[in-house]
Amino acid sequence: MKSLRFLAARLGWAFLTILFVVTLNFFIFRVLPGDPARAGLRDPRLTREAVEAIRVRFGLDKPVINCVQALNPFEAGDCLVNPLDTQFFIYFGNLLRGELGISYHTNRPVADHLGQMLWNTVLLIGAGQVLAILLGVALGVLAAWKSRTRIDVGALLFSLLAWSLPTFWLGIILLFWGSSRFGLPIGGKLTPGLPFVSQAAMLKDLGRHLLLPTLTYTIVFLGEYMLIMRSTLLDILSEDFILTAKAKGLRTFQILKDHALRNAMLPMVTLIALNLGFTVAGAIQIETVFSWPGLGGAVFNAVGQRDYPMLQGAFLLLAVSVILANLAADLLYSLLDPRVRVD
Amino acid sequence: MTDQPTLITGRAFWRGFRRNRIAVAGLAMLLIALAAAVFAPAVAPYDPYAPVAITVESIYQRPGPAHWLGTDDAGKDVLSNFIFGARVSLTVGIFASFISVVIGGLIGISAGYFGGRLERWLMRFTDFMLVIPDLPLIVVIVAITRPSLTNIILVIGLLGWTTTARLVRSQTLSIKERKFVLRARSIGAGHLHILRRHIFPLVLPLLVVNSVLIISLAILNESTLSFLGLSDPTRISWGQMLNYAFERGAMSSRAWWVLVTPGFGIVWLVLGFTLLGHGLEQVLNPRTEWHHLTDHPRMVSLPAPLNPQP
Repeated sequence: MKSLRFLAARLGWAFLTILFVVTLNFFIFRVLPGDPARAGLRDPRLTREAVEAIRVRFGLDKPVINCVQALNPFEAGDCLVNPLDTQFFIYFGNLLRGELGISYHTNRPVADHLGQMLWNTVLLIGAGQVLAILLGVALGVLAAWKSRTRIDVGALLFSLLAWSLPTFWLGIILLFWGSSRFGLPIGGKLTPGLPFVSQAAMLKDLGRHLLLPTLTYTIVFLGEYMLIMRSTLLDILSEDFILTAKAKGLRTFQILKDHALRNAMLPMVTLIALNLGFTVAGAIQIETVFSWPGLGGAVFNAVGQRDYPMLQGAFLLLAVSVILANLAADLLYSLLDPRVRVD
Repeated sequence: MTDQPTLITGRAFWRGFRRNRIAVAGLAMLLIALAAAVFAPAVAPYDPYAPVAITVESIYQRPGPAHWLGTDDAGKDVLSNFIFGARVSLTVGIFASFISVVIGGLIGISAGYFGGRLERWLMRFTDFMLVIPDLPLIVVIVAITRPSLTNIILVIGLLGWTTTARLVRSQTLSIKERKFVLRARSIGAGHLHILRRHIFPLVLPLLVVNSVLIISLAILNESTLSFLGLSDPTRISWGQMLNYAFERGAMSSRAWWVLVTPGFGIVWLVLGFTLLGHGLEQVLNPRTEWHHLTDHPRMVSLPAPLNPQP
């Protein structure tokens, strides 16, 4: 019963956050100066009919929401219009049908572009995160166990340095080095125009393209996982039950594995969840440097091309993915530690 | 968390600080960068804002006696650009983090101290903002508005306060339960007095450490924005240098000096602030780093004999 209530509360919370993001995403593009669709309408060469046609096509002839005709500059409107006939609810309805607008740049539906990109981003982030977590945890355990020795100081300085590296710069340096020294591809997902004789040949090509971006990702995120693992373990290793385990004559490896690590996993799950936002920031930079066809690269391209529907769609998809991943982490946490469900 | 926040006097703090090698190293790195930024016109060999005539030979020149770090895609001296670039990073870092820490501090202290409905709503709002990924939102807002220095500072500052708010709130909660707050209230002290004299001094060390870390985050965010092409076009910044180099063929010209130099500056500053923050935390909130598995456990320490035998 309690678990059900916990589940309902979490789901409701995620739903509310998504509503908040959708609303924010709608109003940001209308409140801020330089409204995308209207910017194009100021072109003096357009005839009155053409302006009107564009306004109708992008739905700009409708009021933004009840009582408000336009937001920037502010213009009061009719309060008695059918709410479903306002820009806000039309936008909402379109979202429910999976329509994210039409790209200014390619004139194709934004949703078509973003669908494939989402999976490319998940592939890249997934590979990088798994490696960063494994290496970060291992290094953190080593540093905490050998606390105050040279190994600890070395691991600590390495992590602080890794944390300080701008992701895009590390990507550039690795790209420069990897492409000139080892002939690795300079970007993209697959070599264009290469006829793949087999599935294996294609996977090999994909792997070669994934190598450098994943390496960048791993180095950048490893530092933080290591730091948190180290400080959590230092707290745990000072607890009395570790002394008890030691007094029982257990070997160090066993104490670390069964007594310390098990307790340290909970803060790690929290950190991974909190890190999801930064994960997205990393994806934007890495995909830009390596021309990886993902959501982050889409954000960069949309900014350069002033393609606002694309930018709006990519932002929404990124934010919603982070919220859902957060929800998953929350539920996982409650499975690992049943105590939180009581709150 | 068992450690209680305590007051630390200026002198004790300074003594601990001087002994902490990490903190001193970070501070030294920052002072060098600050000096370079302040005295940039005197230190830089060329004026980066002066127009130069571009020739085919003048672009992407290798490092040499005339240009120690070579030239960039517009034939400008990379070393001078590099020195002037420190100004934007430091300005954005300091001002944006100031905005973030003030907002986060106010929200955290009022939520923690007053509690009740105010706390519920403030924390709910904080959680909303915490979940939304920062960088895409910053990119979206700066892309729609104009990327001027002021806009960049405001956007980064106004979106970076969430972690501060949560940290300050939990710290305030634990201070509020301490005896001296109860005593102050029982002799009739008002909220403002308690907040100013009892809560704030104990939250301050946390705020200082946090603001140092927030500065490094703001610097990273600013350089990323500039690298993505959203920089103030009237000012040279490290991210912008990398953006121009990356977009205008430095890779294919193998002009490593344009690609390495600005990044080195960013790492220098961010690492300086990170080391300082890490060191400050160790000084203000010292913890034993000995534990039950250290090789020479000090579980029983024998007092040294007062009169050593001759």
